[in-house]
Order: sequence, then structure tokens, then C-alpha cells
Amino acid sequence: MNEQPIISVRNVNFYYDSFHALKDISLDFAPNSVTALIGPSGCGKSTLLRLLNRMNDLIDKIRLEGEIIFEGKNIYDPGVDPVEVRKRIGMVFQKPNPFPKTIYKNISYAPKLSGVNNSDELDAVVEQSLRQAVLWDEVKDILNRSAMTLSGGQQQRLCIARALAMKPDIILMDEPTSALDPISTAKIEELIDELKKDYTIIIVTHNMQQAARVSDKTGFFYLGSLIEYDVTKKIFTMPQVKQTEDYITGRFG
Amino acid sequence: MTTFATKHTNVQYERELSEVKENIVYAGMLTEKAIEKCIKALLERNSSLANEVIKEDANIDAIDMKIEEQCINILALRQPTARDLRFITTAIKINGHLERIGDMASNIARKVIILNEEPQLKPYIDIPRMAQATRKMIRDGLDAFMNGDMELAREVREADEIIDSLNEQIFRELLTFMIQDPRTIHRAIIISQVSKNLERIADHAKSVADMVIYMVTGQNVRHE
Repeated sequence: MNEQPIISVRNVNFYYDSFHALKDISLDFAPNSVTALIGPSGCGKSTLLRLLNRMNDLIDKIRLEGEIIFEGKNIYDPGVDPVEVRKRIGMVFQKPNPFPKTIYKNISYAPKLSGVNNSDELDAVVEQSLRQAVLWDEVKDILNRSAMTLSGGQQQRLCIARALAMKPDIILMDEPTSALDPISTAKIEELIDELKKDYTIIIVTHNMQQAARVSDKTGFFYLGSLIEYDVTKKIFTMPQVKQTEDYITGRFG
Repeated sequence: MTTFATKHTNVQYERELSEVKENIVYAGMLTEKAIEKCIKALLERNSSLANEVIKEDANIDAIDMKIEEQCINILALRQPTARDLRFITTAIKINGHLERIGDMASNIARKVIILNEEPQLKPYIDIPRMAQATRKMIRDGLDAFMNGDMELAREVREADEIIDSLNEQIFRELLTFMIQDPRTIHRAIIISQVSKNLERIADHAKSVADMVIYMVTGQNVRHE
């Protein structure tokens, strides 16, 4: 984990109007690793995740100080196109949100928008993305069926496949399994482990065991501050800060 | 407003953890009592008291099983982390040590019964001292466990050296008896086994202290 970080958060302060949601956050994310962000509701972890691909841009009265450096450049520099950022940094949300279109079109939609028109090429992207999301075998014969007919777990893997279709470097996941049953959850977790060979994954989760199971590093947030950021094994066996320990052991309330 | 409390928000979980703690202390008390009794049986040449110790080992075994079951349930149902995880792993290991201490007290009781069949070889001076120091190690080790007291745990680890040297001293003394008169060999060997059992009990007490240090700091000092 001594590699150059793929993305760095530097002295970030973030405000929703007068509410100081993130307080002087600095942390680096290593490439090909899984980082879990944990903390109680309202601690700022999702806000940070959304900042990483400029998902907060559309909210009124926000203010950002500090930098988020991706490939040597601040993604909030005036010249940077947020659409380009989101191509490289994909996002998977809490509730599966497939487009009300066919399975095939869910995957091919974004590549098509960005200019891929050759149908062989599109077929290849669809197959590869679905294979990477470990969904191909389940849907290869029903690609023209509506995505809405899939189960929740399949829909979520479809959304992951959709994010993969743009060949991003980083995949952000905002509680990707909180709406899923244990078996679908296990499949997504297995998938995360598989995907980290090719991608960097940053996941927000309320499920502490999930953070412990899937991540290499864990950051604990509380009231907008990053309280502790360390190797996951250490956070869950010997955290250095009492607040972290109180939170992960359930002494919090 | 969220606050940081030292107790779990889940009251039942909190209770389960303190039950483990209380049972460990109870098991420790039983083992200490067993040592006290078997040494008393030795000094008073009282075989029926020795038999009591052997019989009562079943109580120590029963609490051992109970603690283990409680710990496994917590692991399975609560998925403890951080300090709770260290507490439970420590409790499981300490429990094993206490159970072995109980077995060794029974061993001593068996030796006492054998010794009582022959005239006493010599007055016992160092063995009661050793037994007392060993009991103190167990008590201090468990106090350290109760209170997460590192300082006390370190003292327990140091006390083990005194026990080791007492054991060697007893053996040297017994050797002189055996050299002078071969008829003493049987009794001398049995007495040295009593001493050896006490020495091993102290080793287990030291292991308890080692686990307390792990529980508090996360550092493993077992093989230092």
C-alpha cells in the first residue's frame, strides 16, 4: 500500500449553506484497493464520497475548500468537465436504479452516448461488463428483457456492470448492499473482491462487518471529521482512537 | 446528540460480557480454593480433604464449559470487534488456563494421598510458600483481567521467576535426601512432582497475565 495514491483528498472543508459538513479532511486512496468509509448517519462519509465524482455540484448553496487530486489534477479546477470526471470515477447507489430499459441498453447507454456506435464493439462492452459484474451467465439469454424484471441483487450487479461499461478507474459505492438480502450481499462482496484487481473501490457502508470483510483500509468519520484512518484489520482489532472503538463496538448512542 | 459512552447501547450484550467476566473470576476463585485445600491436605496429612479436591474439580470443569459456551455465543451472535474482541479471545484463553490449573490441583491431591500412605519425609517449608505465591499470582492475574491493570499483570509475570527458583531449590534439597538414603526416593519424587505441579500452575497464571497485556494493548508478549 505504499504506492502513489490514485486519488487524494487535501484539506477539504465542505459546507451546505452554513452547515460545516466536512472539516479539514485529508486522505489518500491507494490504487487497486478497497477503502471503507464508516460512521454514524450525518458524519459526512456520503458527502465525501459524492465529492469524489462531483455529485454534489447540483446542490444549492454549497461551498468547497481544499482540493481533490486525481491524476495530478484538482477535479474541481474550473477547466475540468464533471462529465469527464464521472466517466473515470463511477458510482453505484444504495438502491439499485437500473434504467427502465432492456438489460442490454442499460449497459450500452453510456458508451453509446460517449460515441461508441459500432454494434460489435457495443456487444463486446456489454458482455465484458456483465461478465466482470458476474451477471453474464444469468442474463446472457435475456439481454432484451427489461432490467426491471431482474431481482434486486441482479439489478445492483447490473448497475455495477453499467458503471464498469465506461471503464472507470475508481468505483464509488454508497451502501451498495443495504437494500439486498444476505445472499445477494455476499455476491456483491465477492464481486468487490474480484473488481479490486482492476479498479479502485471506495465504499460507504453502515454494515460494520461488511467494512471489516471487504476493505483493505477503513476511515471512521464523526461529525464531519475523519477520526481515524488505518488498515482495516487494525481498526477492527486495535483502533487507536477511543471514539472509533466506541463506535465499532456499539458503545455509541 | 450522540455521545460516547463506555457501555454498550445494547444492554443485553453488555450483560453477556459482564457474565463472562464474573464467571472467569468465579472459576479463578475455585482454582485458588483447590490449591489452598490440596496444600492443606498435604500439611495436615488429610486424605479425605485431598479426595474432596479431586471431586470438586468437576465444578471447575463445569464452569469451564459454561464460559466457553458463553464466549462462543457472543462470537456467533454479536460479532465482537476491537476491545470486545480482545476481551472475548482473552476470556477464552484464560478459561483454558484456569481449567488446567484445576487439573493440576487434582494432580497434587492425588500425590498427597500417596504421600499419606508413608511417614512424612520432611517438614514442608518451601512448598506452602510456593503455593501461597502461586495463589497470589492467580488472584493478581484475575484482578488485572477485571480492571485491565497492566502494572499488576507485569508483576504477575515477574513473580513467576520466584516460583521457578523455589521449585529448583526444593528439587536440590530432595536430591540430598535421595543421595543419603535410597529409601526416601519414592517420597522425594512424589514431593518433587507436587512442586513441579505448583510450578506449572504458576506458568498458567503467568499466561493469564500475558493475555491481560494482550487484552489491554493488543501486543503479544507470550513468548518474550
